[in-house]
Amino acid sequence: MDKTEKQYANNRSSFDGKDLCLSGKGITKIFGVGNKKCVAVDNVDFEFHEGEFVSIVGESGSGKTTLSKILLGLINTTEGEIRFHGKPRDISTAKKKKEYWKSTQAIFQDPFSSFNMFNKIDTILLDCLNMRGMHCSDKAEKTRLMIEACNFVNLKFEELTNKYPFELSGGQMQRLMIARIFLLKPKILIADEPTSMIDACSRATILDMLLKLREEIGMTVIFITHDIGLAYYISDSVFIMERGKIVESGYADDVILHPKAAYTKRLIDDVPKIHEVWDLSTV
Amino acid sequence: MGRPMLEVKGLSTKYVTRFKENVYAVDNVSLTLDEGESLGIAGESGCGKSTLALSLMGYYFAPLHYVKGEIIVDGKNLSGINPDEIRKSILGTEIAYIPQSAMNALNPTQKVLHFIEDVIHAHDPSMSKKEICGLAEERFETLGLSPDVLNKHSVELSGGMKQRTVIAISTILSPKVLIADEPSSALDVTSQKMVIKMLRNLMEKGFIKSMIFITHELPLLYNVTDRIMVMYAGRIVENGTAKEMVFDPIHPYSKGLMNSIIVPESGIRSNKLTAIPGTPPNLKNPPSGCRFADRCQFASEECRISDPKIQILNSKREYRCRFSETELRELYFHG
Repeated sequence: MDKTEKQYANNRSSFDGKDLCLSGKGITKIFGVGNKKCVAVDNVDFEFHEGEFVSIVGESGSGKTTLSKILLGLINTTEGEIRFHGKPRDISTAKKKKEYWKSTQAIFQDPFSSFNMFNKIDTILLDCLNMRGMHCSDKAEKTRLMIEACNFVNLKFEELTNKYPFELSGGQMQRLMIARIFLLKPKILIADEPTSMIDACSRATILDMLLKLREEIGMTVIFITHDIGLAYYISDSVFIMERGKIVESGYADDVILHPKAAYTKRLIDDVPKIHEVWDLSTV
Repeated sequence: MGRPMLEVKGLSTKYVTRFKENVYAVDNVSLTLDEGESLGIAGESGCGKSTLALSLMGYYFAPLHYVKGEIIVDGKNLSGINPDEIRKSILGTEIAYIPQSAMNALNPTQKVLHFIEDVIHAHDPSMSKKEICGLAEERFETLGLSPDVLNKHSVELSGGMKQRTVIAISTILSPKVLIADEPSSALDVTSQKMVIKMLRNLMEKGFIKSMIFITHELPLLYNVTDRIMVMYAGRIVENGTAKEMVFDPIHPYSKGLMNSIIVPESGIRSNKLTAIPGTPPNLKNPPSGCRFADRCQFASEECRISDPKIQILNSKREYRCRFSETELRELYFHG
């Protein structure tokens, strides 16, 4: 673990000048007790800087989603401390939690279950503006902002009004989710496998939009994925998780092109490639 | 390559909506699949890949309806055979199908062996339980699955294991054609590799004679299949060997698809991913000209009026566009 920490410190020097946005030390989450005890996240340390695009990569069951839920404040940690902008994160009451969610937002894997299906799309977007404290702004200003958000994600606001989320395709729903983020302008965005349920072509659009959004708002993006190729393409730094532990972390170029941990090497080997031979004998 | 295992000639199928509207999801598709060959079908969501897979089995149930065309499996014409007959004599023995949701296909209250008995008894009621058990154990062992799995319930298996079990069950009768519809898209990379290894194993050992593999993951298709066919809005727009299709696509849509490939190889970060703008046309009222014209950067007025014909370059390479190969290459060169 010492070696990984040292390497992590060396590789991330270019973000050193920037402020820490979210950091955690000794984060552990244990589900169940006794014989049924399951350590989902095991003594994990991390530091995410402002404006950084970080990917957390691992197989199914490696604890990625549990970690993302901890970061989002949906579940409590068993041990460890999370610091938000240098101060200990306090989400002990519902009010404080709501305040935290103003600056930390998420995009989930399944766009079909991400929306309240009883609300029309204009209501969903309007809620975002209200959450930003724009209750009293005039209607024209609100509409202008909603149109701007829809244009940002290549959707037409006129076509969406009076529609329900389930009337859209998966790719469109995921873009609507990004439009929400555009309106909310959070400090941190946690994207939990946002592209795993949509096809390769729409995936390129979604990734492009996430990168554009990061430029626009300057937020930190924490991208959870099992696709190491995707993580390499999109992120500044990569964290590799295996059975709840972070086994390797650092700049995307260093981790992917010169992996040190055996697990990272295996993950890279398991992805089908086009310029290199895909060795099937390793499984 | 050997004799043709599957021949499809001008197949068209449609969905009839509850408002009695016709949606032509597969439109005039022709293809040939030889013995020992694997064919990949690529395309974005809603382009008709899965409908084509369902249509190829000749097993139609509402809202999917047969319109025209022929499906010939190893010399036997399936058109016109009623669904009950197809189920008894074709599915499982001639054509096997692994659906997208194969992971949820197993009834949680039954053991794996029960499903195998079910498949075999549907075709050969005379086979005893002991014989079935022996056959299943032997097949599972050859495919690298533990025979213990036979006495387990599906809830005791992991996602990847469930998927491989479903594949083993559906190919137990050694079908001539296996249609795998996104068999690995819900799995992580290591389980995906195991599934692919198993499919390769099935081909090499001769348990299946040929395979159609459907996915939108192009690096996977490149590694698994001999040929790749690209579908757009219910039609085949390009067909060629896997290598040609990935490194030298001709049709503007295939070119766009190949630009969305992401692999963990050096240089990928400097490549800009280019998404194809727009969405596929509504197949209730498909455009009269080229279906890709609205999203194609090279489209002219003529593309929108006249329906492009298939241009054949050689026996394994064809594409559907008004422009000639040289014209398209020049257009790409000048951007």
